[in-house]
Amino acid sequence: MTLVIDLLLNPTIQAILKILVIVLGFVMLTGTVLTLMERKWSSAVQDRIGPNRANLGRWRGRGTLHLAADAVKSIFKEDTIPQDADRLIFAIAPFFSLFAAMVVWAIIPVAAPIGSFRFQITDVNIGFLLVFAVTSLGVYGAVLAGWSSNNKYAILGATRSTAQMLSYEIFLGLSLVGVFMVNGSVTVSTIVANQGQYWFGDVIPKWGVFTQPLAFLMFFTAMLAEMKRLPFDAPEGESEIIAGYFLEYSGMRWSAFMLAEYIAIVGSAALTVTLFFGGYQVPWLHGDGFELFGYLLPLPLFIVTALQILAFVVKVVFFCWLVILIRWTVPRFRFDQIMELGWKKMLPLALANMLITAVWLLAWDHWHL
Amino acid sequence: MELKVKVVDRKRGLAEELYLPAVLAGLRLTVHHFMRNMFGKRDVVTISYPEEHRRVAPRYRGRHRLTVREDGFIKCVACYMCEEICPAHCIHIEAGEVQDKSVEKYPVVFDIDELRCVFCGLCVEACPKDAIRMDTGIIAMAYGERDRFDFTRDLLKDPYHENEKTKFRSVPLPLSEEEALPNSIAKVGGGH
Repeated sequence: MTLVIDLLLNPTIQAILKILVIVLGFVMLTGTVLTLMERKWSSAVQDRIGPNRANLGRWRGRGTLHLAADAVKSIFKEDTIPQDADRLIFAIAPFFSLFAAMVVWAIIPVAAPIGSFRFQITDVNIGFLLVFAVTSLGVYGAVLAGWSSNNKYAILGATRSTAQMLSYEIFLGLSLVGVFMVNGSVTVSTIVANQGQYWFGDVIPKWGVFTQPLAFLMFFTAMLAEMKRLPFDAPEGESEIIAGYFLEYSGMRWSAFMLAEYIAIVGSAALTVTLFFGGYQVPWLHGDGFELFGYLLPLPLFIVTALQILAFVVKVVFFCWLVILIRWTVPRFRFDQIMELGWKKMLPLALANMLITAVWLLAWDHWHL
Repeated sequence: MELKVKVVDRKRGLAEELYLPAVLAGLRLTVHHFMRNMFGKRDVVTISYPEEHRRVAPRYRGRHRLTVREDGFIKCVACYMCEEICPAHCIHIEAGEVQDKSVEKYPVVFDIDELRCVFCGLCVEACPKDAIRMDTGIIAMAYGERDRFDFTRDLLKDPYHENEKTKFRSVPLPLSEEEALPNSIAKVGGGH
């Protein structure tokens, strides 16, 4: 028994367990279910019934068996590599996308820390800069896949993808500078803890969306462009260049790209929630219970933690839902429109956001405005 | 020749430049459809085949059937009219003799390759005996092998009995007036 407790207190073992629970238990599960939910929610928006025919005998399960059907199909499908393709690069390209999508989860907290135990896999000082560094590697996934396919459509998709992802990484970073200025740090736990504070004496929570609304809009747009989701769908251009950069992939390799895309959706929803919507914070829920206008509803600690985890999950699912809805709301941008939107509109806005935030903070400090 | 250029002043106000108000208006529509189809009264345009079938008009040219007289004998007298007029050459008839001199002939072999058929209805128009019709309403034939589309005389004679070949069938006729409207959906229960 003491051996088990000693093992559990070991920080490495804790980190491994956290990885298993968060990444395997939550992220992979949500990403996989999201592949089906995208189809069902998209069909709800489009006045049709989504996939509902996969069955075991008579049980259809309203389409949930399609997950298993997709998995079996991907595994048994023929794994083709084009004749003159660069075999090594063709093989390793999906890993870049998967890697970039998953590493983001290393720094996202799912509940408030209890004592010295943190509910995030690691709390590095550099915090969100890790996200920027790793998503830059994600560009390689698309580029290498397109280039190594020896296919003109794939090259087109890869080229568009490079330009788009590189540009919008810049705006991703720039839009967050305001957030870092307000919080005074890039460490994730600090940013989330700061969002637990309130204005007007414990009434309105200081969520990032209230302190930096323009940054939220820009971050959300830039994340949509990073994930190559509609309306920034040009690299995948379904009706134009067939499938873009992952055209020649089939079976499990294609499945890796698809999974990477959906995990990226969940990951960017989690980032949005962590930065702008308080992460795991439930409004008016403090460490000892609900507290509003002086009325205190005491709650034991594990209930508080469970509520925080639930709040995190609900918020992440909400943003995944929003990303899927936006796909069917806005028509696809032309590629020059994407570039124009980025460089001519978002860059000045991001810089203006930085300027205004800086001025405001200075004024606040000096004259207590 | 000089081109006359007409300059069209496209006013783009702040709301359109921002793009956000348009996105929010669009989201309102999207969310409305989502909520209605997920939680409210579902209003989808999907027809859940094979539980539901799209009703066809009475003149819809579905799979062929050979009609019979009152005594059950086949009406077709193997006059070869339909075989001659068929543009796809999918009907093959071999005539045989009948003792009754008012009838004279009957088809020993009457094969239609439904895969070659173009469903033009000329055979129905050409038949002088109203022996062949395309009013079964069977619109979907989905078989796994090509030779299952070769329909012989006996299979063509009874489309309303479920057997292996005629498994895929739609709503049987006759239809009432409002059932005959196009785009109406028929729920097919068990045991027709």
